[in-house]
Amino acid sequence: MPALAPVAGGAKVSVGAGVQRRARTAYLLLLPGIAWLGLFFVVPLVSLFFTSLQSPTGTPGVYQPGFEAANYLTAISDYWPQFVKSFIYSGIATVLALVIAYPLAYFIAFKAGKWRALLLVLVVAPFFASFLLRTYAWRTILADEGFITSTLNALHLLPEGRILNTPIAVITGLSYNFLPFMILPLYAALERIDPRLIEAAGDLYASPFTGFRKVVWPLSLPGVVAGTLLTFIPASGDYINATLLGSPQDRMVGNAIQINFLQFRDYPVASALSFILMAIIPALVFVYIRRAGTEDLV
Amino acid sequence: MSAPSGDEVQDLRLVNLVKSFGDFTAVDELTLTIPAGSFFALLGPSGCGKTTTLRMVAGLEAPTSGQIMLGSTDITDEKPYRRHVNTVFQSYALFPHLDIFENVAFGLRRRGIKDVAGPVNQMLELVELGPMARRKPAQLSGGQQQRVAVARALINQPGVLLLDEPLGALDLKLRRQMQIELKRIQTEVGTTFVHVTHDQEEAMTMADTVAVMNKGRIEQMGPPVEIYDLPKTAFVANFLGQSNGVVGAVQGRSGDDLIVGGPGGSYNVPAARSTRQEGEILLGVRPEKLSIATGGSTSSVPDRHNRATGKVTDASFTGVSTQYLVMTTWGDEWTVFEQNRSVDLLHPGDEVVIHWAPEHTFGLDVPAGQ
Repeated sequence: MPALAPVAGGAKVSVGAGVQRRARTAYLLLLPGIAWLGLFFVVPLVSLFFTSLQSPTGTPGVYQPGFEAANYLTAISDYWPQFVKSFIYSGIATVLALVIAYPLAYFIAFKAGKWRALLLVLVVAPFFASFLLRTYAWRTILADEGFITSTLNALHLLPEGRILNTPIAVITGLSYNFLPFMILPLYAALERIDPRLIEAAGDLYASPFTGFRKVVWPLSLPGVVAGTLLTFIPASGDYINATLLGSPQDRMVGNAIQINFLQFRDYPVASALSFILMAIIPALVFVYIRRAGTEDLV
Repeated sequence: MSAPSGDEVQDLRLVNLVKSFGDFTAVDELTLTIPAGSFFALLGPSGCGKTTTLRMVAGLEAPTSGQIMLGSTDITDEKPYRRHVNTVFQSYALFPHLDIFENVAFGLRRRGIKDVAGPVNQMLELVELGPMARRKPAQLSGGQQQRVAVARALINQPGVLLLDEPLGALDLKLRRQMQIELKRIQTEVGTTFVHVTHDQEEAMTMADTVAVMNKGRIEQMGPPVEIYDLPKTAFVANFLGQSNGVVGAVQGRSGDDLIVGGPGGSYNVPAARSTRQEGEILLGVRPEKLSIATGGSTSSVPDRHNRATGKVTDASFTGVSTQYLVMTTWGDEWTVFEQNRSVDLLHPGDEVVIHWAPEHTFGLDVPAGQ
């Protein structure tokens, strides 16, 4: 249609201009967010980075600008066990949260019917009480004289005779505190799956378990990845659970940062610790997402 | 209905099948034999129990009572993933994370068949989707997805293929195309197709046998031409195509015909085409069986024809034919389809005589409330 071609071309130009205008509006709308992030994220981050390179002046708690890369070496050599513990505890806590959250999210998404909204409210209900308060509550729940510990002791199931002030308590606390962050993305992913796909799998000779493995699980993977990241990342930087529920041997890297900042007033090492944590987490996340993107996780 | 004809023939038989949801009976004492290799349509309005029936055959819904037999095997309590029955779902339910090849291979893989490439490619050829094998369902058009759904079910060579409103999501043109396509595939593979639809035209175009369902029961079953020509209930007469009706009382016989006195005079109906031989009956006739005569030409109406007089209230020209609405002298509105053999159309207000051959009339029980 040669006669129509120029008309079509002309129309395209005006569409292009419209798109451009809309793009500019989008950037304008982004401005407040960018300003906020710049002020409250980038500026402190840069400041923290310079702090991590400061050198001592001789007076405790007072530092001068410098280029002390040794702060990073100190941070690693003194605190590597805390790093390892952080990742082990939060890793186990994440797996535990996934195991608890998946069936729950599945139930809410597919079986809860009219109870769905109520159950979702219950999932977020703990947020109405403070994080600190809830973790304190676990001290009572897991206390040596408490119901759980005495029952398990009566059954001779606790090698150390107690739960509080052991890694078990820290991991329990972490899984509990970050559970909603696991349930909600899982629910969102599962809820989007058409139940007819499960019927179709059954119709095509897949037993309920195979149907789950081949259809539901792969389709819920985005939720699994989001949930595990939202649990693992804050859990590995957390220090409240280790402080309140663990013994001094169960300290995590968050505790190391807190002690250096608030007690030793060794700001450069504390900042260096923060930066190392910030570098390791994205590296781990990257490896994890790469694996999740392939068949390896399926 | 033919009697079950032996083990090797996988007739599908439903025996006294009942499904209730609480107080509501969705399927009521359904007994039905679907001969192997036939294209069978379950036709009815929404809520008539046709989809529930299909889901029970697929094993997705457990019957309240009754039996489902495939050949000589009772499959009533067999798990869906063990029955040799496959379904084409209404929304296709293709697995969005798998490509077309893997969607089609799904059933074979679940049954532990290792070498799937041959059968899958062959099946994709059958539905003319060979080049699409490595695409994801979302990259396909509605019609293509539909064919993948058919291929994914058919590759398992099921005893019965169930199709749940498979063309409902397609536009009219594509639907026509797919009707022909599905019929071709069915003829080619020879599998029993049980097709659930609320579209009477779709059912009549494709099926060898149509069962019209209403309120959980089958109202009438038979070849499309047969039930269209001679509906046995008022529901069938109106659901399958259009009908004009007039209630009258049997006054006597004349040879093989009943003579029925109605509001516009008396009408003849062959006794064999009436479900009742005496008392009140509902006479019906299809709109395309009617002819219209005006003023001068009324004398040419054959004497043996039934006739009704009235006034044209509406004429809509559709190209091939014109649809007239005619208000009869007793105040009913009748529909008449006239082929456009001449260019002289009638106009609203024209006085006309509608007439038709007695052998095109059918007599039915008067439904309650009429």
